[in-house]
Amino acid sequence: MKTKHLRLMQRVYIILFFCFMYLPIAYMIVFSFNQSKGYSLFTGFTFKWYRSLFTNASILHALWVSVEVAVLSAIIATVLGTAASLGIASMSRKSRLLVTNITYIPVVNPEIITGISLMLLFVAYQRFAAQSAWLPDNIMGLPTLLIAHIAFNVPYVIFNVSPKLKQLDIKLYEAALDLGCDPRQAFFKVILPEISPAILSAFLICLTYSIDDFMISYFNCGTVETLPIAIYSMTRKKVSPEIYALSTIMFVVILSVILVSNAMESRSYRKDQKTLREEGA
Amino acid sequence: MKIYDKKLAYPYFVWMVLFTVVPLFIVVYYAMTDAEGNFTLNNLTSISGYGSVFARSLLLALIATVICLIIAFPVGYFLSRLRVNKQHIMLMLVMLPMWMNFLLRTYAWMGLLSVNGPVNTLLGFIGLGPYTMLNTSGAVVLGMVYNYVPYMILPLYTSMTKIDQSLVEAAQDLGANTTKTLVRVLIPMSVPGISTGITMVFVPAVSTFVISRMLGGGSNLLIGDLIEMQFLGNSYNLNVGSAMSLVLMIIVLLCMSFTSSFDEDEMEGVS
Repeated sequence: MKTKHLRLMQRVYIILFFCFMYLPIAYMIVFSFNQSKGYSLFTGFTFKWYRSLFTNASILHALWVSVEVAVLSAIIATVLGTAASLGIASMSRKSRLLVTNITYIPVVNPEIITGISLMLLFVAYQRFAAQSAWLPDNIMGLPTLLIAHIAFNVPYVIFNVSPKLKQLDIKLYEAALDLGCDPRQAFFKVILPEISPAILSAFLICLTYSIDDFMISYFNCGTVETLPIAIYSMTRKKVSPEIYALSTIMFVVILSVILVSNAMESRSYRKDQKTLREEGA
Repeated sequence: MKIYDKKLAYPYFVWMVLFTVVPLFIVVYYAMTDAEGNFTLNNLTSISGYGSVFARSLLLALIATVICLIIAFPVGYFLSRLRVNKQHIMLMLVMLPMWMNFLLRTYAWMGLLSVNGPVNTLLGFIGLGPYTMLNTSGAVVLGMVYNYVPYMILPLYTSMTKIDQSLVEAAQDLGANTTKTLVRVLIPMSVPGISTGITMVFVPAVSTFVISRMLGGGSNLLIGDLIEMQFLGNSYNLNVGSAMSLVLMIIVLLCMSFTSSFDEDEMEGVS
């Protein structure tokens, strides 16, 4: 009797928790179809906010900048970080510890500190460059944005790839060498395929962090707007259901990506189970 | 394992020094100098004038962290006791709102909490309100809790999956009631998750400026707002801003050394 009671309470609690988590999202979806700009009364169904969103040049441009910066920074961060992981793996224990600790700094530091410290660096550079004839002195904008995004992404690549390198069986590499590969071939044929899932997931993490980042971009973007920064400047004005429309679209995209990837995962899982059963039989 | 070349890491070393180490030293340099570059401690001492803002930041972040812990503990436990395939689905449901840009989610709360917004309308039906909820410190705490509670759930869930259900059953068999099982078994065994979760909620909460600006109006300034105003706002002063950042960094370091003193197994459940 008592456990039944407890289980019911558990259910209610979890449902309440999810209501709390999804309340703002449900609210935005509903009010993105609202006729009027008010926030409490639903006065009629309309698609007009979606239409005006897709003709909003500044939003579309910001989206483009976001994608551009995310892809470029993710590629550079992944290459830089993977090379670093390989190098770090062959270092002595002491220097490895030092590098790992410094790499942790951007991860544990509040984002605002990472943002302003990079901004100060760029400001210092600009003051320095203004005195010299040949250095470009106005770098605030895309270049600084790119550097900042790479800077906060590289640690995630290193912390994703390094553990995988540690798990790697060194004997496979030695076997490849024994069988006549030169070290370069052995790397590309044995080691790279082994760590490529970690590299791929690191790349995807970089993409999502970069697209989502507001704090660090905010201090280093100059006059260039990424999507989160465009959203921020929209929220500074009065309520616009266009933002709700944008959120709804984002939510639907994210939800479908997750559902598709989950379906694929569970299908391959079931397939694995099936082959396992057949092998057993 | 010495099969690769150390040189592969050299580009990253250069990068790391240029864009991680040097910027932090510049922050320290700016914090200790005036506009002409002469050494001074005035920036640091001028912060004492903002004592109330620092106190408010610490207090609100602390309250938000405690509320997150209270909300997240049962959720983490519930998730960890589900069957594995169900765990994945539920975990994804917890993570899903985090995939939306946090500006958008916070913006939605602005609408929800406004004087003639849905929450007040609902309260009106049962004869309460309307309350002024927006632009209060309560709204700021709510925004922090809402945005950061998944950071508490994930590490808690990770450490709780390692608790064997038979331990809980054994405690009950030996006569411990729910409270006793909680205090003697569950909480001690999830300490690594708790301490990671506290850092992961407290650090962003104490340094935010977006949540306070959107939900707190102008009257609930936090450290983050102060720093932002020194760098990009009206009271442009890089030196004072750097000094504030330095203090914020020290606060965060103290917080982290405090929580990591509880377990050696730090950074569990990250990513």
